[in-house]
Amino acid sequence: MIEVDVRGLSCPIPVLRTKKAIEENPNEPITVLVESAVSKENVSRLAQSKGYSVKVEQVPDGYKLQISPSGE
Amino acid sequence: MSRFWTPRTWIILGGLAFGVLAALMTAWGNPANMGICVACFYRDIAGGLGLHRAGVVQYLRPEIMGFALGAFISSFAFGEFRARGGSSPLVRFMLGAFLMIGALVFLGCPIRALLRLAGGDLNGITALAGVVAGAVIGIFFLRRGFNLGHSTKMPPVVGWIMPVAMLGILLLAISAPGFIFSSEKGPGAMHAAIWISILVGLFVGFLAQRTRMCFVGGWRDLLMVRDTYLFSGIAAFFIGAIVCNYALGNFASGFYHWGFVGQPVAHDNHLWNFLGMLLVGLTATLLGGCPLRQTILAGEGDTDAAVTVLGLLVGAAFAHNFLLASSPKGTGAFGPVAVIVGLAFCLVVGFLMREKVK
Repeated sequence: MIEVDVRGLSCPIPVLRTKKAIEENPNEPITVLVESAVSKENVSRLAQSKGYSVKVEQVPDGYKLQISPSGE
Repeated sequence: MSRFWTPRTWIILGGLAFGVLAALMTAWGNPANMGICVACFYRDIAGGLGLHRAGVVQYLRPEIMGFALGAFISSFAFGEFRARGGSSPLVRFMLGAFLMIGALVFLGCPIRALLRLAGGDLNGITALAGVVAGAVIGIFFLRRGFNLGHSTKMPPVVGWIMPVAMLGILLLAISAPGFIFSSEKGPGAMHAAIWISILVGLFVGFLAQRTRMCFVGGWRDLLMVRDTYLFSGIAAFFIGAIVCNYALGNFASGFYHWGFVGQPVAHDNHLWNFLGMLLVGLTATLLGGCPLRQTILAGEGDTDAAVTVLGLLVGAAFAHNFLLASSPKGTGAFGPVAVIVGLAFCLVVGFLMREKVK
């Protein structure tokens, strides 16, 4: 399971890290840990634009995003 | 119904409303083509507090305090207020100061660049080209792994400091005690009624907090990840402002005209307009947001953004104390040198502040 932990990092680093993870691991589900609502929105938008589905779960110190390529 | 009300709808409506209000603020008393300029307004606040003594640009602009307090209220209402900090505050302070110096060489922030263009000032094109060029350089550093580091959670009280300070400055603006400077002529003397400025500031602060509007981030996301979300806010702002200027009859009356020369509170030195705004685009990209966005984040409890705001104020003070700021006559004596120093600073931190990604 690939995990990207970008808690505490501010815009636009979370998006860039997620993009890199997607490019390095095509067709694999990725877990992204973000801290702010803004990062959650930005990473979700990126994932959706790449055709990934996004599942958001609120965790104590932010959000856990499960992004996976469609069809899985 | 829910299909229509997407975040993009909101940022487009928000951008339109902001653009219209920015143009209207001029009709209501703010300087020409400066209905809203975040850099100019911080400069005026620095003057109002006596941090510089340029007599024509001193006024505690309530719009700025409105932005921060509107964001503060909105972030509370939506559970997004979080006290945080510790992500290279000194670097952010310096970037904020240089951002302001670049903006005052052009005479406007990325918002006023759009507003100037929407009012016929073609120097806005040079400025926007500078912002985009700066963003491109910033993206280069971001892709190489440039990073100002992690911020950490702080006790809530720390996040309150900047909003409370903003409230204090707002109270000074309202009560206008004798030790606060206030221009008697020049742009600083031109302002809308204080309650209009406060209401518009609060409203835009709320809008900008909800939509995450950013006048450099829009270009950055467009170029970096082909994401048009923030850019749609920029485009909507421009359309709102230009339509409003035509509707107000500003072009028909000769108040505004298309061209490079003889524009209000502007000069037409293309090289330094471009390079000044390149410095703004670059510093804002490294910082993660334009001066408006920094103000909004400061209102949400982000103390790193609050430090950036302090950098903006100090940069403005330096700009006017040491002949860095331009005037309608042209660039200041040392403005170009200061822009070069700022660019050098950005290159050094851009190359050296890298975080290795595992």
